[in-house]
Amino acid sequence: MAENTLILPKDSNDALALNVPMVEDKQYSTLNLGPVHPATHGIFQNILTMDGERIVDSEQTVGYIHRAFEKIAERRPFYQITTLTDRLNYCSSPINNFGWHMTVEKLLGVKVPKRAEYIRVIMMELARISDHLICNSILGVDTGAYSGFLYVMQEREKIYEIYEEVCGARLTTNMGRIGGMERDLSPTAIAKIRDLVFNSFPKVWAEFETLFNRNRIFRDRIQNVGAISSARAIEYGFTGPNLRATGVDYDIRVMEPYSSYQDFDFEIPIGHKGDTFDRFMVRNGEVWESLKIVQQAIENLPEGPYYADEDHYYLPPKKEVYSSMEALIYHFKIVMGEIDAPVGEVYHAVEGGNGELGFYLISDGGRTPYRLHFRRPSFIYYQAYPEMCKGLTISDAVVIMSSLNVIAGELDA
Amino acid sequence: MINNESIVEEVVGQFGQKVFGFEEPFGLLTFTTNASDLIEVVDFLKNHSEFKFNFLTDVAGIHFPDNLGGELCSMCMLHSWENNIRVRIKVFVPIADPKVPTLSTLFASANWMERETFDFYGIEYTGHPNLKRILNMEDMDYFPMRKEYPLEDATREDKIDALFGR
Repeated sequence: MAENTLILPKDSNDALALNVPMVEDKQYSTLNLGPVHPATHGIFQNILTMDGERIVDSEQTVGYIHRAFEKIAERRPFYQITTLTDRLNYCSSPINNFGWHMTVEKLLGVKVPKRAEYIRVIMMELARISDHLICNSILGVDTGAYSGFLYVMQEREKIYEIYEEVCGARLTTNMGRIGGMERDLSPTAIAKIRDLVFNSFPKVWAEFETLFNRNRIFRDRIQNVGAISSARAIEYGFTGPNLRATGVDYDIRVMEPYSSYQDFDFEIPIGHKGDTFDRFMVRNGEVWESLKIVQQAIENLPEGPYYADEDHYYLPPKKEVYSSMEALIYHFKIVMGEIDAPVGEVYHAVEGGNGELGFYLISDGGRTPYRLHFRRPSFIYYQAYPEMCKGLTISDAVVIMSSLNVIAGELDA
Repeated sequence: MINNESIVEEVVGQFGQKVFGFEEPFGLLTFTTNASDLIEVVDFLKNHSEFKFNFLTDVAGIHFPDNLGGELCSMCMLHSWENNIRVRIKVFVPIADPKVPTLSTLFASANWMERETFDFYGIEYTGHPNLKRILNMEDMDYFPMRKEYPLEDATREDKIDALFGR
C-alpha cells in the first residue's frame, strides 16, 4: 500500500485532483456496475476498473432503452408527440408534456390564457416535488435508510392521485393539450391539491428532513463525496439541482420565465461544494420552494378560459362536435393530423426535474416536425460521472449516481 | 447592452466572409460558418470579454437531402449566462465527406453530444477523443436518423401516405 497511496478525495473540492494515474503492468480488477444493478435505478452500465476497493477508471455504456423518439417524432402529428415526452423523465412527466406544448405554441404563435398557465405551473411544480422526493428518498435507500422512502411514498401517491384527477393517468400523464389544458381543474382536484400543499405534505417533508438532514450516519456517507467544482460542472453541461449544488444559481424559470413563472415569489436554493450532500440539500430546498409556488398559484388561480381560442389546433368541445358542422371538421382535421404547422425553427427550454430540458424543433411547414431534438439534461451531465467517482469506493459511486438522479428514460430517449 | 445586433456586428467584424446566413428565428440569433472556421468562431464567442458564451447548450445534427454539397448540418447552441443570450451556429458539410472539428476541446460536455450526433447522422467530429456510437449498438452499419430511412415499412401498400398528407 505504501508506494501507491491515493489522494483521499474527502479533502478536496476539485474532482480533477483525484485523477489517479493507471500504472502499467499492475493488475486491476474489472467490475460491472449494471446494466441491471439495483443501484443504477434503470438500465445502464458502468464498467469500473478497480484497484482493490478504489475506482481508478470507469466507462459507461448507455442506450439500453433507446427508443428512437426523435425518429418516431418525425412521423407524428404534433399532438401525438406528447406521449413520447412522457417517457423521457418519467418521474416528472407533466414538465415534459408542458415543455413540448409550449414549444409548439411558440411555433404556432398561440397565446395561452392565464388560468391555463397557472394550472400548468401547479402541475409542473407538483411534478418537480415528486421527482425530487423520489431522488432524495432513494438516496436514503441507497445508504441503507429505507423507512424515509416508504414514508414519503405516501405523499407521492397523493400527487399521482392529483394527476389522475386532472388527466386520468398517473405515470405517463399526457397532460394538457397544445393551447391549454384538456379540462379545467375539477373541485375534487382543487380540494386534493389544497389538502396536499397546505396540510399533509409540509408536515411529512419536515419530518423527512428531521430524519435525514442532521443524521450522522447519513451525512458521513454523503458529505464530501462526489464533489465537482462549479467551473467543471459548467464545462460538463450541468444544469438544474446538480449545478445549483455547486453554487451557480442558473434556473430557466428565472432566466427565461415561461408559463407566468414571473408572477410567483420563490427562491433558488444553492449549495457551495457541489458534493452529494449539497445536491441532497438543494433538492430538499427546492421542494419547499415548489410548495410555495403551488400555494401561491392555487390561492391566486385566475378565472377565465383554460384553453386558447384556436380552432385549428385545440380540439373543440365534444358537445359542439356533435351539433356543429364546423366543429366536426376541425375535430376531424386535428385528430387525423391534417393541420399544417408554419415553417420555423424553435428552441424552447423548461426547467425539468434534472435541469434544462430543451426542445429543438424544425418545422418545414408540414404536419410533422422535420427535425426534433430533445436536450436531455441527464444525458449531458452523466458523462461527468467517471470524473466524479474517480478515486472513490463503490459505496460512494452508488450514492453519487443516486444523487445525480440519472433517469434511464431521459438518458436514452 | 449585448443584443443580437451587437453580436452580429462583432462577429462579422472579426470573421468577415467566414460567417454568413444570419437570421433570427423567434429571436434566437442563428448563423452559418464553414467547418474549418467553427473552432475559431466558438472560441471567439466563448472567450470574448463581453459576450462570455460560457455554456454549450446543445449539439444536434440535421439532414437536408436536397441541399446538395451541404446535406448534413451540425448545429450547436451556445448560451451566455451573464448576458442571458443564446446563439445558434450551423455548419453544413457534404454527406460524402462529413467532417466537422470537435468542440470537445472547448467544452467537455460536447463529448457525448457529438457522439450522439455521429451515431445518428454519421457526422465525423475530427479530433474527438472517443468517437464511437453511444445509443445504438456498435456494429450498426448505417446512420438511422438520415432521411433516406423512412420510419414505416416502405413496402406497405395498404397505407398511402399522400392520403394522409405526409
